[in-house]
Amino acid sequence: MIENTVPMEKPKVVEPTLFELSSPGRSGVTFPQPDVPVASLPKSLLRKELPLPELAEVDVIRHYMHLSKFNYSVDGGFYPLGSCTMKYNPKINEDIARLPGFAFTHPLQPIESVQGNMALLYTMQEWLKEISGFKAVTLQPSAGAQGELTGVLIMRAYHQSRGDTKRIKMLIPDSAHGTNPASSGMIGLQIVQIPSDKHGNVDLAALKAECDDTVVGLMLTNPNTLGLFDEHLEEVVKTIHACGGLVYGDGANLNALLGVLRPGDAGIDLMHFNLHKTFSTPHGGGGPGSGPVGVTASLADFLPAPIVDIVDEGDDDIPPLYGFINPPKTIGRVKSFHGHFGVILRAFTYIAMHGPEGLRQISEYAVLNANYLLARLRSTYNVPYDRICMHEFVAEGMVEGSDVRALDIAKRLMDYDFHPPTNYFPMIVHEALMIEPTETENKDTLDAFAEALIKIAAEAKTNPELLHEAPHKTPFGRMDEVKAARELVLCCWLPEDYASS
Amino acid sequence: MNIPANLKYSKTDEWFDPTTGAMGLTDYAQEQLSDIVFVEILLSVGETVKDGQPAASVESVKAAAETYTAVSGKVSEINEALADSPEILNSDPFGAGWMVKIEGGDASGLMDADKYEKYCAERSH
Repeated sequence: MIENTVPMEKPKVVEPTLFELSSPGRSGVTFPQPDVPVASLPKSLLRKELPLPELAEVDVIRHYMHLSKFNYSVDGGFYPLGSCTMKYNPKINEDIARLPGFAFTHPLQPIESVQGNMALLYTMQEWLKEISGFKAVTLQPSAGAQGELTGVLIMRAYHQSRGDTKRIKMLIPDSAHGTNPASSGMIGLQIVQIPSDKHGNVDLAALKAECDDTVVGLMLTNPNTLGLFDEHLEEVVKTIHACGGLVYGDGANLNALLGVLRPGDAGIDLMHFNLHKTFSTPHGGGGPGSGPVGVTASLADFLPAPIVDIVDEGDDDIPPLYGFINPPKTIGRVKSFHGHFGVILRAFTYIAMHGPEGLRQISEYAVLNANYLLARLRSTYNVPYDRICMHEFVAEGMVEGSDVRALDIAKRLMDYDFHPPTNYFPMIVHEALMIEPTETENKDTLDAFAEALIKIAAEAKTNPELLHEAPHKTPFGRMDEVKAARELVLCCWLPEDYASS
Repeated sequence: MNIPANLKYSKTDEWFDPTTGAMGLTDYAQEQLSDIVFVEILLSVGETVKDGQPAASVESVKAAAETYTAVSGKVSEINEALADSPEILNSDPFGAGWMVKIEGGDASGLMDADKYEKYCAERSH
């Protein structure tokens, strides 16, 4: 059993900036004497002064080491950030990504010299097709939101290629990811919000009322941001198809469905994957994402160019030759080079390591863990759409008889050494706390987290100030988020202030 | 929660003053949003507007939301002070926090204070 204790005194930790640590004459490198003739830069290009900090290597390392200790990471503790799928990232992913054969290749190398990378990209496309039930995949998009943008561009190109040009409306449920309206808005589509019914499903009557021949499609997050599987998925899909629209699946919550349901089989026309969520690559400040898009056969011609394919089958003696092909009606390139290869490589490792049964087990454990936490917490915190959840659930961060809010509860959790859940999203739940434990957490951790939240609910009644002023145990206390948002000043001193001091 | 009796109210939580033509966010709405940190009025003076079209985008520490025109008509004035001091929307939503004035607006489709109070009560539990 993990015992959480909260000391009364806040540790005083302040790390000076590199400018403050600087001392003239210190340096981290010494250049050798030049062995070529010295040439000087034109005078017009020379600066009069360059106030950069001067430090030795060890000073810089210690500075960043100190800063890193202020950080909270999934390697350091439980990180139940709803919708973000902050699962543990297995370190074998990193070992594979550092293999010289991968790490030292360059995207401009001749294709014949990087056939291993090409084979890997091709295999990844095939695996994602098999996992999702789609017929073609692009690995280009750099993260989920760019995958969405790629998806809506494909949807529009599909309609326009059929001469169907009056489609301007994108339907988006109020339980969708916030990036969905942004992606559609970015290409000038009109966004129509569809409400949820009281069970947290898409309101079918409201959906049908909007379905006409101006609908581009529906952007469906399923499971949705309430962590609920839409109980009328088939009918939702049928309704959209009946008016000539396409169904876009937001794959950010695919972690709940691996090996259980293939979106392509359920009638979804296209979907992005978040490799950095579902397939365990570092993200959220720890690294870039990757947002491949899968499509049905009728949309395959519109995928971004190029995609990897076998260009020469080879024979018994000669292995197949991989190359790039351009889909005939492509929307064009959406990313330079070939997507985030290093992320794709890590996700590939994760899929290879788990295999089909392992992937299914991931989703089963993710759903089991979320339901376990839901069962432990529902008598303490109100859960407005309370039914069996998928990989996450949303509770109200309020306690009867107390004025504490979701933000106070989230901040107080930091005193118990947990990363707070996502708060104030989705917006259809008052004071939302969106909790996603992921499959990599054991029962002891889940119990400790549940007990912390139950303890906090008791504190909210007996000592609400403790919550209003939380966190107490972190290097810095409650930040003034309002001031930070209203006064957009990032730095207290400008470099010229240092130069003159 | 404050709901002045002389004003009319929309389902999307805007108030409208039939005497002055001013409209803004209700006390209920500002409380739901919590601390407002950014306001951008999306209309310009002289523009003809239809009720229910986006009038302003409002951001708080919790959420981003749109405010819609409560009535149809012609925009006669815009509250320029809000851009620099969005916190007025929290401190004085029915007074200094007015957003735009709309001329010729018909308030008959809006709720009166009693109805709006019930409407707010239904939504909080």
